[in-house]
Amino acid sequence: MINKSNPSDEQARCRGCECEGARRDFMLKAGIGIMGVGAIAAGLPILGFVIGPAASAEGLVWIDLGPTDQFPQGQTRFGEFVDPHAAPTDGLTTRTGCWIRCIALGSFQVFSVNCAHLGCPVRWFEQSKLFLCPCHGGAYYEDGSRASGPPPRGLFEFPWRVDNGRLHIQVGILPGLEDVKP
Amino acid sequence: MIISLIRSVAAWCEDRTGLGALIGPILTHKVPKSATWWYVFGSATLMFFMLQVVTGICLATVYAPSASEGWNNLHYIDSSVPYGWLLRAIHGWSSNAMIVMMVLHMGQVFIHATYKFPRELTWIVGVVLCLLTFGLAFTGQVMRWDQDAYWGLGIGASIAERIPLIGSQVRALVLGGPIISGETLNRFFALHVFVLPGLMIGLVGWHLMLVLRHGISEMPRAGEPVVRSTYRADFEKRVHATGVPFWPDAAKRDLVFCGLALIALVVIAMWNGPIGPGGIPDPTIIDTNPRPDLPFLWIFGAVSLIPPSIEVFAFLIAPALLIVGLFAIPFFGNQGERAPSKRPIMILGVVLASTAVGVLTFQGATSPWSPVMDGWSALPTPTEYLAGRTPLERSGATVLQFAQCRNCHSLGGEGGLRGPPLDDVGGRLSYDQLIRQVQQGGGNMPAYGKNLSSAQTDAVVRFLSTLHPSNRPSAKTGG
Repeated sequence: MINKSNPSDEQARCRGCECEGARRDFMLKAGIGIMGVGAIAAGLPILGFVIGPAASAEGLVWIDLGPTDQFPQGQTRFGEFVDPHAAPTDGLTTRTGCWIRCIALGSFQVFSVNCAHLGCPVRWFEQSKLFLCPCHGGAYYEDGSRASGPPPRGLFEFPWRVDNGRLHIQVGILPGLEDVKP
Repeated sequence: MIISLIRSVAAWCEDRTGLGALIGPILTHKVPKSATWWYVFGSATLMFFMLQVVTGICLATVYAPSASEGWNNLHYIDSSVPYGWLLRAIHGWSSNAMIVMMVLHMGQVFIHATYKFPRELTWIVGVVLCLLTFGLAFTGQVMRWDQDAYWGLGIGASIAERIPLIGSQVRALVLGGPIISGETLNRFFALHVFVLPGLMIGLVGWHLMLVLRHGISEMPRAGEPVVRSTYRADFEKRVHATGVPFWPDAAKRDLVFCGLALIALVVIAMWNGPIGPGGIPDPTIIDTNPRPDLPFLWIFGAVSLIPPSIEVFAFLIAPALLIVGLFAIPFFGNQGERAPSKRPIMILGVVLASTAVGVLTFQGATSPWSPVMDGWSALPTPTEYLAGRTPLERSGATVLQFAQCRNCHSLGGEGGLRGPPLDDVGGRLSYDQLIRQVQQGGGNMPAYGKNLSSAQTDAVVRFLSTLHPSNRPSAKTGG
């Protein structure tokens, strides 16, 4: 198709080709670049939305478990509270249990019900002074230390303090091995 | 006249759509004559998956994916929506059926070494489909939003947090926050109805495309090894010479098997009814016995055996190795014999793996390691263990009961199985040995030294010393 007898024509045509080729090339590169910027603009909020819960450090909150005199000395009682991060759509799910042990006047231990093995709810047996887990048979002594079974450590404890004669504990996270060090 | 009209309408449709030209060759492509009843499980898996999609869409038109509504909503579906209970039953049991068929399909492919050249990628995509299926089963269990769902999520979160360094971040990512909440359910709902099925549909398409591309494998025969350089040409020659069209020659077996499986599924669903929901998801109700669904019972059983010292390996590294191993299978022994008789070690592996999963599933279902939580309060003491005993020994029987010993130990076949039965303990351990065992514990038994008074310990041990076979005396220290 190219007319070899007319070099100037050919040159002109090729310059045109190059020019058009370069233009096409530029368009492609620009297109990829523009699309990339767009993808980042749209992708960042999506990513932020999905990983938000992992990135945000939700604070621990002190909550009130009631007057200390409802916990008899030397006994372990079941306590309930609603997690401070509860939303209306959570239903009953944010209701949380804990075991409150009053060692002596003004001295407490507050245990999470979640077994340190895999998080199942442990039950307190007053007579044998043991916590037993229904899932894999983890057992804990009265002070929360591991007695037997698969748990790698004792029960998780919530930090507590007594304020104006009322027992407060610090909650806000499902207790786990990474958060509560022994 | 009418026939010619239908013909011309059909011809118009075919001309404008080209569907017949597109699907016809796929339907009638030649498959090996030897591909018979062993080959029906893949089709059955696909059928149950399609049933899951259809029933799932139906249920999604009524289900409220909300932590405050979900549990009540299931009762509404079961009791007030026409056929609601049956659709939930079919969706639940079809999930189990799909896993059974998938495992059979995978087993067949493994036993016949179909994953060898050139079908490696078909196997790999299949492994991903297998993982997605288990993902759908787990997220589906969460949709019930009952106590098992709640505590099951807790178990998942406990495993996630064992990941070094980023454990708590991964856990928060899975739960959608620092605790199990409404957002957790919605997260799993999005996975269960959008993400996982979407991936599944795409990959099922790819899996089938690969089956068409490389052809359905023949039944393996000893002495006919796969050789990379000649396999393709030989396979095509043989299929061309002796193959039969997929439709109807091979498809008729799929139809018969899938039809029977579908009828059985509907009967099972009608007979058993919907799976769950269990107790109301109020985490302050700790009088609960969390158990996972059937496909996960073997994992539930396996984790009871794991000592704390190897947790990270067992929870994280072992599953990763298992999955990598499954992916790598087609690259070990990529060529060579396919016949089971020539691959005894592989077949032994299948036997061992299925025995292990079977035993662990049974153990997970019966969970003998779990204490019988009401054993101490609900079980009677066998009268023959009380007859002729002194008041002190009888009071020991009471201590045994009240100290919750029977939550873990059985008397007369009733009680926990975590510790040994106590019916003949007096013949095995002396008074002194029993005192030490009760006070100091050991061998997976808690120490009761601080929890029982010395009088109580003495009484319970005196009672235990009376428990021995009539033909064997009480054990004596140093005897």
